[in-house]
Order: sequence, then C-alpha cells, then structure tokens
Amino acid sequence: MELFKKLKKHTKMSFLNYGIVIVFYIVIQILAMSGHLTNSLKGQLIPIVSYVIMALALNLVVGISGELSLGHAGFMSVGAFSGVVVSMSMAGSAPEPVRLICAILIGALLAGLAGVIIGIPVLRLNGDYLAIVTLAFGEIIKNVMNCLYVGVDGAGIHVSFKDAGSLGMAADGKILINGPIGANGVTKLSTFMAGTVLLIIVLIIIQNLVNSRTGLAIMAIRDNRIAAEASGVPVTKYKLIAFVTSAAIAGAAGALYALNYSTIAPKKFDFNTSILVLVFVVLGGIGNMTGSIIAAALLTILPELLRKFADYRMLIYAIVLIIVMIATNNEKVRAFVNGLKKKPAQEEAK
Amino acid sequence: MLANLINGISLGSVYAIIALGYTMVYGIAKMLNFAHGDVIMVGGYIAFCSISYLGWPPILAVLASVVVCTILGIVIEGLAYKPLRNATSLAVLITAIGVSYFLQNAALLIWTSNTKVFPNMFAGMAPIQLGGTQIAPVTLITVFANIVIMVALTLFTSRTKMGKAMRAVSEDKGAATLMGINVNRTISMTFAIGSGLAAIAGVLLCTAYPTLMPTTGAMPGIKAFTAAVFGGIGSIPGAMLGGVLLGVIEIFGKAYISTQLSDAIVFAVLIIVLLVKPTGLLGHKVREKV
Amino acid sequence: MSDKAQTPVLQTSHLGIDFGGLTAVDEFNISIAPTEIKGLIGPNGAGKTTIFNLLTKVYQPSRGTILLDGKDTRNMSPVQVNHAGIARTFQNIRLFDQLTVEENVKIGLHDHVKYGMFSGIFRLPSFWKEEKRAHERALELLDIFGMANEADVRADSLPYGAQRRLEIVRALATQPKLLLLDEPAAGMNPSETEELMNNIKKIRDEFNIAVMLIEHDMNLVMGICENIVVVNFGKIIAEGTPTQIQNDPQVIEAYLGGRKEED
Repeated sequence: MELFKKLKKHTKMSFLNYGIVIVFYIVIQILAMSGHLTNSLKGQLIPIVSYVIMALALNLVVGISGELSLGHAGFMSVGAFSGVVVSMSMAGSAPEPVRLICAILIGALLAGLAGVIIGIPVLRLNGDYLAIVTLAFGEIIKNVMNCLYVGVDGAGIHVSFKDAGSLGMAADGKILINGPIGANGVTKLSTFMAGTVLLIIVLIIIQNLVNSRTGLAIMAIRDNRIAAEASGVPVTKYKLIAFVTSAAIAGAAGALYALNYSTIAPKKFDFNTSILVLVFVVLGGIGNMTGSIIAAALLTILPELLRKFADYRMLIYAIVLIIVMIATNNEKVRAFVNGLKKKPAQEEAK
Repeated sequence: MLANLINGISLGSVYAIIALGYTMVYGIAKMLNFAHGDVIMVGGYIAFCSISYLGWPPILAVLASVVVCTILGIVIEGLAYKPLRNATSLAVLITAIGVSYFLQNAALLIWTSNTKVFPNMFAGMAPIQLGGTQIAPVTLITVFANIVIMVALTLFTSRTKMGKAMRAVSEDKGAATLMGINVNRTISMTFAIGSGLAAIAGVLLCTAYPTLMPTTGAMPGIKAFTAAVFGGIGSIPGAMLGGVLLGVIEIFGKAYISTQLSDAIVFAVLIIVLLVKPTGLLGHKVREKV
Repeated sequence: MSDKAQTPVLQTSHLGIDFGGLTAVDEFNISIAPTEIKGLIGPNGAGKTTIFNLLTKVYQPSRGTILLDGKDTRNMSPVQVNHAGIARTFQNIRLFDQLTVEENVKIGLHDHVKYGMFSGIFRLPSFWKEEKRAHERALELLDIFGMANEADVRADSLPYGAQRRLEIVRALATQPKLLLLDEPAAGMNPSETEELMNNIKKIRDEFNIAVMLIEHDMNLVMGICENIVVVNFGKIIAEGTPTQIQNDPQVIEAYLGGRKEED
C-alpha cells in the first residue's frame, strides 16, 4: 500500500484502468459460468469491447491532442473490411486465432496508413475546419467502401470498384466484399477473450504513449501551439503521431467488430457511428481514459436496457444526452457542484 | 449539359439556403448546429401534413412550415444552447447532436419510419422549355427563392438595426454587449431566421426529391454544412456561393463520373479547397496575436 | 582571443516586416555579444514584441537578415530557430496550462531527452534512464527560482509571478545561446522584481548565455542591462549604455513623452 501511494497519479490511473478491464472480464466469466449471462448481453460483449477501444482511440485525438475528429468510423471501416479480407483469404490455411491476429494487425496497419494519407494534409488545418475535413474523409471512405468489390480465387485477391462481375475471377472464386451489401458469410472469429486482450494492449499503448516524452509533446501542442513551437517541439510530427496511432487503433477495433458478425455492410460505419463514439468520449470526460471506458460500455448497453421502452428509447437517450451536457457544462450548475465539493475537501485538509 | 447545370444550380440553391442557417449561427454563436438539418425535415413534414391531411393550399403550407420551424429554432436555442453560452464548443456540439437525435426520434414517433410521398406543390404549372430541354417549375422556383433570400438577407444585415446588431455580435460579443446590444436576443433571432429558412429549404427539397423520412434532413444538412465551410463559414455570400458550387459539382459528378461516388467527389473538392485556402472561398483569415 | 568569442550570438541587418501596407518594424540592426544582457525598450506599440516574433520566426521577416551565431536563419521555422539556440518567454503568458510545472520544464527539455516513441510505449531501458535524467534536470532548473517543491502543481494554478518564472525556466531548459524575455517583471511587486534581477544575472553567469529583455520597469532595465536599444514606431532611435540612454534627448522625448500619455 505504501508503494502504491508513492506512485505518480497517472501511474495509478493506468493501473485503475487495467483493473477495470480485468474485473469486467472476470465478472462476465462468472456470470457466464453460473448461467446468468443473458443472450442479449452475450451478443453485446464484443461490440462493447470494440466501442471501448474506439472511444480510447478517439480520446487520444480529441482529449490528448485536442483536435476534433468527426470521421473516425472511417478508420474503423478500413480496419473492418481489410480484416475481413485477410481472415477470409486465410480460411483453411491457418488456425482461427492466427487468422484473427493477422486480421487485426493488417486492419490496424491499413487504417494507420489511411491515417497517414489523411493526416498529412488535414493536420495543417485548425479547429472546426479540421473537424469538417475529417467528416469529409469519413464520408469519402464510406462512399468508396460502398463501391468496393473484393473476391478471392486460386490466383489470389481481385479488387474492383465497378461491380462484382468485373472482378474476373475463376469459377471457384468467392466474393468477399460485395459493394454496398458488404461482406457476407464471414467466419465469426472474434471472441470476448481476444477482445479483452486487445483492449489491454491498446490501453498499454495509449497510456504509455501519453505518459512519455511523446505524449507530453502532444499535450503541450494542445495547450499552447505557439509556446510548444518556441520550445522546440515540432507540431505537425506530434499531431500526426497522435492521429495515426488513433487511426490504427480504430482499425484494430474495426477488425474485431467486423469479425463478430457473419454479415457487415459499409453503411454501419457512417457519420452516426463517428458521432456515437464522440459522445462516449465527451460524456466520459475529454482526456479521461477511465471515463471513456465506462461511458462506452454503459452507453452501448443502455439502449438494450431501455428496450422495454421500445420506441421511446432513442428519444430518452437524446433527452438524457442533452440534460447531461447542460448539467456538466452550465456555469451555474458547475459553480453549485463545486460549492458542494469544497466542503469535504476542506474537512480532509484538517 | 444545360439541364445538368440548371439542376445543379437548383440543388445547390437548396444547399445554399440551408447553409445560410449554418453560417449565420456559426458567425454569431460560434457553434456547429448539427441539428439544423433536422429542422429541414420538420419543415418538410409540417408542409406535408398541411397539404395532405388538412388540404391547405401550398402557400399556406409553406407559411405554416416557416412559422413552426421559426418557433422550433427559438425553443431549441433557448432550452438547449442558451444554458451553454460559455461552455466549450465541443460541449455545445454534442448537445446539438443530442437535439438532432431528439428531433429525428420524435419525428419517428409522430410520423413513423414509413416514407411519405411529398405532394407536388407546383403540379398546376407546365414544365418550361429552354433550348430543347425541359425544366421542372420547382427547379426555377428554387433558384428564384434563393436569389430573393440572398438579396433580402444582405439588405437585412446591412440596413436594419437587428441585422447590424447581428454583425456586431459576430465580430465581438463583448464589445457588442458594452454597446448595449442584447446578445441573447440577437442570437435567438439568428436561430429564428436560420430555422425559418430551413423550413423553406425543406419544402423545396421535398418538392424536388419527393420522399420524406425522419432522416431526410441528415445528409442535406451535412452537405449544406460542407457548403458553408466551402464558401467560408460565417460569410453569407460564401454560403450562397459554396451551396451553388456544391450542387453543381454533385450533379456533374453524378452525370459524368460516377453516381455512387458523387458524394465522395463533393467531399474531395471540399478538402482540396480547404487545403488551398484554409478559411474557405470567401472566408478571411484571423491572425493569432502573440 | 579566438574569432569565435568575437562572433556576436545574434546579428540583424535591415530587418523589417510589413503588415498589409503598414511597416511595423524597419531597418532594425543590432548585435548581441555572447554573454551580453541587452535591454529593448520603447513606448507601447513601438514594435518590441514584433521584433521578438521576427527573431523567433513566429512572423517571417519581409526583409533583412538574422544571423544566429553567424548562421542565417532565413528558411528556419520557429522550431528550428529554437533548436539553433534562441528561446523566449511571452508577454501574455503561454504555459501548458493542463500540465504540471515539472512537465512544462520537460517540454523545454524535449529536444535533449533521447528516447523514441517506441521506447516510451514499451518502457525500454532508455525510457527509464532518460526520464530519470530529465526529472533530475527539471528539478535542478526549477531550483534556480526556488520552485522545485512546486514541481507537481498544475501550471495554471500557479500565482502570476511564478508563472512568469516558470516560462523562463522552460525557455532555459531548451539550452539556448540567447534568451529573449518579454516583460519578465510584469505584474511583479518590487521585491519580486529585485529577486528576478538577481536571477537573470545568475542565469547569464551560470549558463554563459546572452539575454535580451523587453521591460517597462526602468529600475530593472537600468540595473542589469549592459546595453540598451530604444525603439519607437518600429525603428531604433537610440542605442548605448544605461547612462547614455538616460541622457539621450530623443529617448527622453519619445519615451517620457509616451509615458505622460499613459498617465
């Protein structure tokens, strides 16, 4: 315990986050073994983990780097479909866990590459302009994915942007991605265990990155770009590092997500998905990784829990969202809460 | 070619009218009002109900739609955005998204997810012949409405007291307050005008593309927002220019390059413009004081 | 003496910038010796901060050259200028508000902490070694101003005077050859200013660097500057030792005349 007290605040926060993920995993395992895990919750486990990873990735950009991205679903999409292609083209030639790992790695790699291509031009812009361009790129990715046809046969992978017929495949060929319909007959490779391991790895990467020289530089640019430059911190390089890391992690989340379903369509990763993840980040607290984990998990389950309100659930969700935003950001409400908080703090000081 | 150009200008005019709402609100409240697109949808439904259920004449339906949306705009601003006047722009953005969800889901409950077929308001008018191409009346009316609105708004912001107050608030909120301008009322007024325009845009959009769903406003909303940024957000002529150009690019992209990729082309052009001129076509640069 | 010792750390010739049609700075020619403390004074709006912004490339000059240690900084960015040896503070304080005092200094050390992104993520030995070194160095630097025990405080919760001192420490951490201080004593009381004066001298002597400072507090300027440059309307109107400047009729007119207006 003494040792724990000595640790720096951010080290404590990091361990708290690993703890939350591990405890969540154990609780789910206990529920599953004792037969208390409902089918609907069971089906939600991998989406929950995927969205938690997405929220962490976006928080790296929004909270740590201080740039608003409205197109992160695009990176998720790149990761999802490249993951599907990789896992399906490896069918029969490698065991399932290997296929999953390769799918996630290639998904992350290609999404990271998309991050570089988008990030280099985009990160010269600031504020709302950067936000709108990320939105535009998100829409472009969705649009391109809608026209993407990929098939595999004995000769290898075929790609077309026109239609399935122009893939020019041999008779034994199999269509992997079929334009707006997306991927069909995908082998479900993702498991809750794999998702949890990926989440822990992502947490290690993000937290260690943030609590290092690189992370400090990224946060310095967020706090004051001009002072960061004057202190010798190259702005574009570090903004790009944050953006690309985030894109790659989003790609990994996409691959994990897609390989949980037998069919997945490009329109799943649209503007609304980008916004959904942004809501997780903002409600969890900008820059607060623990908040992102909890908000993403709770808000992914929430619509399920509100199921008995049927048609009203999304309306309730909207109202709750507005009220929470006003309650946490209104000056008067804040002053009131701070007034309440002060008292216990003073007691402690005595 | 000519038909495509006219159709493009017409679609662009709808974007321009919506973009005006975005740009005015951004100029004054410095917020991205993502719920603006959904106000269009509400405007469409009000006009639809007035005509199809109540049997009102089109002009009355448009009026009803404008009145309802104007009030809606004021109510949204007062309830959801006003308490966040000094909050971070991200907090306001998320709230706007909350409002957008609310409007879409309220519409879903009231009007269900079934697609409504919007009545042709200009059914009585014959198509116009122009150099061998037929042009639907709604196309020309949209372009005409756009020009009228543009002129009226320019006069409003340059001549009237309220319009000048709006410009003052968008320049410097603090100084405007010191000059005795009621900032809250000015912002409220801006939302009223923007939402009223959204209603007109909604009616025009639904007449040209006669399907109405709770999500009808979302995509035109995003594109109009893009148009506002394209032209230089905060600038009224910029919104007009950005909207029209966007519409033309979209129609030409559909006609000559690829139907499926037309949206991608629109957004790609936006990105290129912003990279060359980061504040949009007519936006002006603000130098940060060091 | 070797040639190197005689090379000025900074030399500008015909330096100038226009904003639109307005000439903000023109024909600015100065030379700063390697361990000199130079004052840059002038009435409000004379272009002093603009000169700092030109030297650090926040603004690109419209004309003229800046030689830093004999090297032309023509195509350098603000980051490169910092790496080449100029560090600065800001008139309107620019700290990294959400970071701690120590972290602010570590940003200054950024270029001198040698481990990469991957060592950071995977916590390789170089991470631990270099982080320890950075931590010790940051505390050493903070100790110049007696701020080592505030290392874990968030920068924006420091009192005003301490924020100004932290900016100086952060600038020093980048290991400059020339330190530009923009109104370092603004908002400080007389005893704090006195302490600051001593500290600026101490920094110069310990680090062997040149200092140029913009300041309105004449006691400070006259007390520590070996040479003073006076600017008005973007141009140098006088240059010399404190005694020379105090007796220069042009300075008295421009500067004291300017001061009357302030009253």
